[in-house]
Amino acid sequence: MWAFLVLIGAAVASAHLQDLAFDGHKVFRVIPQNDEQVEIIHSLASKMQVDFWQPDYVKLVKPKMQVDFRVEADKALEVEHLLKESKVDYKVLIDNLQTALHAQFDSKVRSTGHSYEKYNTWEQIVAWTADIAAQNPSLVSRSVIGETYEGRPLYLLKLGKSGTNKKAIFMDCGFHAREWISPAFCQWFVKEAVETYGTDSTMTKLLNSLDFYVLPVVNIDGYIYTWTNDRMWRKTRSKNTGSICVGTDPNRNFNAGWCTLGASRSPCDSTYCGSAPESEKETKALADFIREHLSTIKAYLTIHSYSQLLLFPYSYTYTHPKDYSELNAIASAATQKLSSLYNTKYVYGPGATTIYPAAGGSDDWAYDQGIKYSFTFELRDTGNYGFLLPESQIKPTCEETLLAVKYIADYVLDHLY
Amino acid sequence: RAMAELPPSHSSASRAAALAAAYISHRHGSPGHGLALRDVRRARREDIDGIGHKYHLEFVLEDIFERDSTVNCTAEVLYHLGNKNSAPDVQFTIEGELKNTDEADNVFYNRIKSLKKELEAENIPDSYGNVPPEMQPIRALAWAASGYVIWQNSAEDTKYQLAQIKRVKQVKRTDEYLEFDYVILLHENVSQEIIPWQMTVLWHPQHGVAVTQNGRLPEHALD
Repeated sequence: MWAFLVLIGAAVASAHLQDLAFDGHKVFRVIPQNDEQVEIIHSLASKMQVDFWQPDYVKLVKPKMQVDFRVEADKALEVEHLLKESKVDYKVLIDNLQTALHAQFDSKVRSTGHSYEKYNTWEQIVAWTADIAAQNPSLVSRSVIGETYEGRPLYLLKLGKSGTNKKAIFMDCGFHAREWISPAFCQWFVKEAVETYGTDSTMTKLLNSLDFYVLPVVNIDGYIYTWTNDRMWRKTRSKNTGSICVGTDPNRNFNAGWCTLGASRSPCDSTYCGSAPESEKETKALADFIREHLSTIKAYLTIHSYSQLLLFPYSYTYTHPKDYSELNAIASAATQKLSSLYNTKYVYGPGATTIYPAAGGSDDWAYDQGIKYSFTFELRDTGNYGFLLPESQIKPTCEETLLAVKYIADYVLDHLY
Repeated sequence: RAMAELPPSHSSASRAAALAAAYISHRHGSPGHGLALRDVRRARREDIDGIGHKYHLEFVLEDIFERDSTVNCTAEVLYHLGNKNSAPDVQFTIEGELKNTDEADNVFYNRIKSLKKELEAENIPDSYGNVPPEMQPIRALAWAASGYVIWQNSAEDTKYQLAQIKRVKQVKRTDEYLEFDYVILLHENVSQEIIPWQMTVLWHPQHGVAVTQNGRLPEHALD
């Protein structure tokens, strides 16, 4: 039995999942009794695509040997007829490979409760970061870049095939606690990276040539608070001296025109800029990490919701950034890629005029640090459900957003500086 | 009078369109039918000396229960200069026919009328975005009623959306109307505040949605 599972595991490791890539594929087990039957297997392999699981290739097949092989759905019937006609004993090991593969992943879901198509608790996300790194050691590693106000570790995942002199893209999710679709996207992105590395040419190229730093939840304390106390909380959970009101808006807390416009000086307000730039442990940890890796980080993506927007600098001023034309062109193309899947309309432009002027944003700060390709995503929807986006929309939202992110990453790779 | 074309991506166009959508929701919404802003096609702004700013808009609305069902609209939204107590003026046209929801409205009406105990519910949608099918009409009704509240309380630099129904309680009536007392959360997109609001809503299939009472609630009203 366990040998059987090892075979499935081997198949998974060597042929990374693509959605429905193996739908209807059957795996047969044959024990050829003599040279004649070995010859039948040879002729089968010459007539159609046969993926040998054991032995590794057809030339190694000998009489009395256990031979396992995979064929596509539309060839399975032909194979069964041929084996029956030739009186070769066979067994169908796996009736539908796709189902078997899903079952293997589902069992993880049943035990931890983590699902890419549900909103996961912080505990589930922590366990997932450990699991995904452990299961994919050559592609994913986990580190801690700091601590939240309430003392929780800020986990960061580094994605990419190890190499020298690699440039990187930094992406974070969960700045604002109530924007649950945002951490869901970071998890989806990591899943896609590990599952399609080796089968998707763009993803393979990206992970070979670049590293991705993915911070699944920046504002962990706030995120937990939306699960336990107030689903509509936005800010961090830090105490403010001299006030009963809690929290700072992390996206008004960066040193980019800090607190000059579109932010509040009152701790009771949702856009409170904090007592000083990087007053929050979470924003300081993020900024420190980026500063330390400034020579390698070539793009910064920060994921929010809602409104269906793709924004670039500046938000702290109406003045256009130096790279306005280029950023505008990238945003135009990326939103088109996004729309191509489900016709979801995105609006793009510089923050100040497209959404509102707002100082202290991480995207403006990253840009002014020299990270030219700096974008803020505001994911689905446009107000129908708002922050309470139904779980049934997680998959389509993530799929379409992935297209835009891959486009941007690919562009960055072609335009390294 | 000065008229300027705005990029449809401009935030002021999106705010004016959201206001128009709210107003249209109130005028045309019912338990069987809700409309939300999908996107803005075209926007122009007219500055009228001594009067205010008038936005000329072309936009698309979507059915809140069926994303793929859309309708094109045009509207003029006039924000009055100075007078903060007066709601913006809205004129609109809808291209084509709106879905007829008489049957759905009547089914809901009869269902509520035949309840033995007054309807009561909380958190619609819930934290995960779920709306049980039997609560969809309650949500559509709140959507239409909140359209009125949003219209009455909007200014050129605000953008309100209905974020959630915290509580709804049916109020018994002896006449043919249905009455619901709602506590809703409004999300204001510029300040990012979540504002609790009370509204008393009257409805009858032939008489549309009326908000007879409404007011901002203090923060702790939710506890």
